[in-house]
Amino acid sequence: MRGLRLSWQGIVALALCAAAIALGPMSTAVPGGPAAGAIRNLLLAGAVLSMIRIAPPVQALVLVIFAHVAAWLLLTGIAGSEGTARAPFFLCLAAAWLLAWRSVSIMSALRPRSRGVALLLRLLIPAIFGLWLLILWEGLTRGFGIPFILLPPPSAVAARMAGSSPILLADVQQTILKAGLVGYVAGNAVGFATAILADRFSFLRRGLLPIGNMVSALPIIGVAPIMVMWFGFGWESKAAVVIVMTFFPMLVNTVTGLAASGAMERDLMRTYASSYWQTLFKLRLPAAAPFIFNALKINSTLALIGAIVAEFFGTPVVGMGFRISTEVGRMNIDMVWAEIAVAALVGSVFYGVVALLERAATFWHPSVRGG
Amino acid sequence: MTLFREKIWPVLSILLLLVVVWYAGAYFMNAPFQRDLNRRGGQTPGFTEFVGQTWSQAKPTLPAPHQVARNVFENTFLRKVTSNRSLVYHSWVTLSSTVLGFAFGTALGILIAVGIVHIKALEKSLMPWIIASQTIPILAIAPMIIVVLAAVNVTGIIPKAMISTYLSFFPVTVGMVTGLRSPETMHLDLMRTYNASPAQTFWKLRVPASIPFLFASMKVAIAASLVGAIVGELPTGAVAGIGSKLLAGSYYSQTVDIWAALIAGSVVAALLVTVVGIVGRLVERAMGARPA
Repeated sequence: MRGLRLSWQGIVALALCAAAIALGPMSTAVPGGPAAGAIRNLLLAGAVLSMIRIAPPVQALVLVIFAHVAAWLLLTGIAGSEGTARAPFFLCLAAAWLLAWRSVSIMSALRPRSRGVALLLRLLIPAIFGLWLLILWEGLTRGFGIPFILLPPPSAVAARMAGSSPILLADVQQTILKAGLVGYVAGNAVGFATAILADRFSFLRRGLLPIGNMVSALPIIGVAPIMVMWFGFGWESKAAVVIVMTFFPMLVNTVTGLAASGAMERDLMRTYASSYWQTLFKLRLPAAAPFIFNALKINSTLALIGAIVAEFFGTPVVGMGFRISTEVGRMNIDMVWAEIAVAALVGSVFYGVVALLERAATFWHPSVRGG
Repeated sequence: MTLFREKIWPVLSILLLLVVVWYAGAYFMNAPFQRDLNRRGGQTPGFTEFVGQTWSQAKPTLPAPHQVARNVFENTFLRKVTSNRSLVYHSWVTLSSTVLGFAFGTALGILIAVGIVHIKALEKSLMPWIIASQTIPILAIAPMIIVVLAAVNVTGIIPKAMISTYLSFFPVTVGMVTGLRSPETMHLDLMRTYNASPAQTFWKLRVPASIPFLFASMKVAIAASLVGAIVGELPTGAVAGIGSKLLAGSYYSQTVDIWAALIAGSVVAALLVTVVGIVGRLVERAMGARPA
């Protein structure tokens, strides 16, 4: 037994494969299928390989390839004959998933020496997890034959995204580039300016900070109908909602951040005879940068939420919120998922850009240096 | 006395300023319509009378504070709680799905956090996605979740609670991961010298250490949960709840009703956060935490 390294994922995968072989064909429509044998062989080989003592990187690589090729064969095999899958199909899917899990476990235990490989692993591990969410979603919806209007498989959503990209692009432009971005910039600017004012006049700070803290717990999104009534159906009303939503996080975080510089550093600035504004720009604003960027990150999500939800209260016939609520009504759920996928993508990119800016601007901070 | 001068007086004066600005805003925003109305009616009111008129329109652009206050008071105290014009009734509907979703979300968040702290592969593969999941404007899914679940005959409180769950699990997960990791190496080493099993270390060291973090993140989570419940009521023409009240108000231009619903939502939010805060303090005291 010295050549073996048992793992529960491998044993269970082996058992699942055996059960799948015992239970016969995978689908009632295509008996056996040309790929069925290949899938089983792949999975069996993978399960055995996962428990043999070989170099971990090689093992992980082989497992990743085996599990995903098997999953690919499974999914292409079931496409077109939805709802006909029998138990062995799901057993094989589960076995492939376990092998992928095993490979991720091996990879997370690796201690690569080069930084490039470490970075690759840090990206690869969550990527495999995300991929398997999609694979399981695809496999379960197609395998059980869940109606498209309830939950379309990811491939259908992707097809829809490719098919109606002009509409999606127009919606993104209306909701995010106009309403979201304008509101985000304006809301943050006003919040920042108010924070500076509150810092200059401590009376204002003592009054505003408790109110700001309280407001941050309130459902501010509720001002959406009022703004739509005041500023009309166009993007301006959505930008107004975003301004109101982003104002308070920016205010509270900036005021907190401006208090973050140490007393000794401030005393040093005083011995330099620096004015209020010099101290502000050379010491206190840089010290507040992590807090300000925190607000910018929180607000990047809030801006999208505000812009989309405000559209539920009335829009011209373009916009992501408008599209979502009308397509839900028409039961075009794949279009809704396409909008959501686009919103998720844009939201992540937006957040990522702010996070990159933060790294560039606060390179000195311990949380960035890893100190 | 210093408490008053340093804390209460600034807040009060800012609030007072807000009310003054509100009244002024109500005058300026409602004035054009009122002028138009008076010209058509052939009336020429004096200035004070005109100001009074702008503050008492039936469907003002911006209702004056006392109009909102009267509406809130009437719909809270003077109506039967079962009437569907009662704010208490609508608040209760929203509150129940908020609390249910919050309970699910907190449980889910704690579960995920425990998994992340103990399983290395889970931490590396799940944590980035948990963070990414919050950069998604998830409220956009709200209408779909409700319609899809309605298609499979799940209606009422559960779909709304699911949205609340989604919004509230994230702060709890992040807070609990930080909390469960907060014991210092020295404490962990001490547990090891006691020959404590992993389960004992978990229950006797990690869990007590995480309690303050848990309650801090629960405060954030319950506020998010309320937003989820309100937005969950928006898109599908729900018949009850603060969100449906907002939507109905916007359909029929009942501005005073919208503002009253907003006030109700804020009161509910303040209540929930306060309750979580009090429970947190009680639990911490029962566990022997020193008051900070």
